[in-house]
Amino acid sequence: MQLEFKVMGGDFANAGYASSEIKKVLKQINIDPKIIKKVVVALYEAEVNICAHAYAGKVSVEITPEKISVEVSDKGPGIPDIELAMQEGFSTASPAVREMGFGAGMGLPNIKKNTDFLDIQSTVGKGTTLKFINYLT
Amino acid sequence: MTVKDITDQLQLKIFAGASGMNREVTGGYVSDLLSDVMGHAQEGQLWITLQTHKNVMAIASLKELSAIIFVQGFEPDMDTRDLAEKEGIPLLGTTLPTFDITGKIYNLLT
Repeated sequence: MQLEFKVMGGDFANAGYASSEIKKVLKQINIDPKIIKKVVVALYEAEVNICAHAYAGKVSVEITPEKISVEVSDKGPGIPDIELAMQEGFSTASPAVREMGFGAGMGLPNIKKNTDFLDIQSTVGKGTTLKFINYLT
Repeated sequence: MTVKDITDQLQLKIFAGASGMNREVTGGYVSDLLSDVMGHAQEGQLWITLQTHKNVMAIASLKELSAIIFVQGFEPDMDTRDLAEKEGIPLLGTTLPTFDITGKIYNLLT
């Protein structure tokens, strides 16, 4: 099963839409609730990252009997130093975004903690692509 | 203990989501950082915060929290209330500061 969603930069009002839809689907097909929780946390953080940092992005989710694979790609400024971005507490979010309670430097670390595999590819000035996997077996 | 029990005992204001007043409260989480709540809050917990925008409802719904309590007289935005109605997650309010309301709820739950 393959699902796709668009996410717009700055559109915080709709952040979480893809996560919410995916959660419904995973519940319907009786995925282990513990795994659903992890996927939802990771995907929500990825959606918020697009809202906070990029111009536009796309979420693709593939569900097979073995795993849930998520690809989140955006057109945006890219990440110059991925290792630094992975450090808990490091953030480049704007003051406005921080006032909303985002931008605490917990997004990418939360994604890593809640997935079995995470790969980040980024080109400065072009965008970022995250791939993460949660295994079902 | 249900959301209603806590609401009655602490005389909390109900802004929206009254259809979820019978949700069971398993504990609480106190934070104004959304990623912190996303990463660490557990299903059934009651969330105490001063953030009032719609994203708090997105998180409460995704994490299946039992209710949100806004402190210090803060009131939820209208689109936050709309979503709470739809999801049946109560949005509650107190004029007390975070420390005081948290202490009272802690005493009720333990």
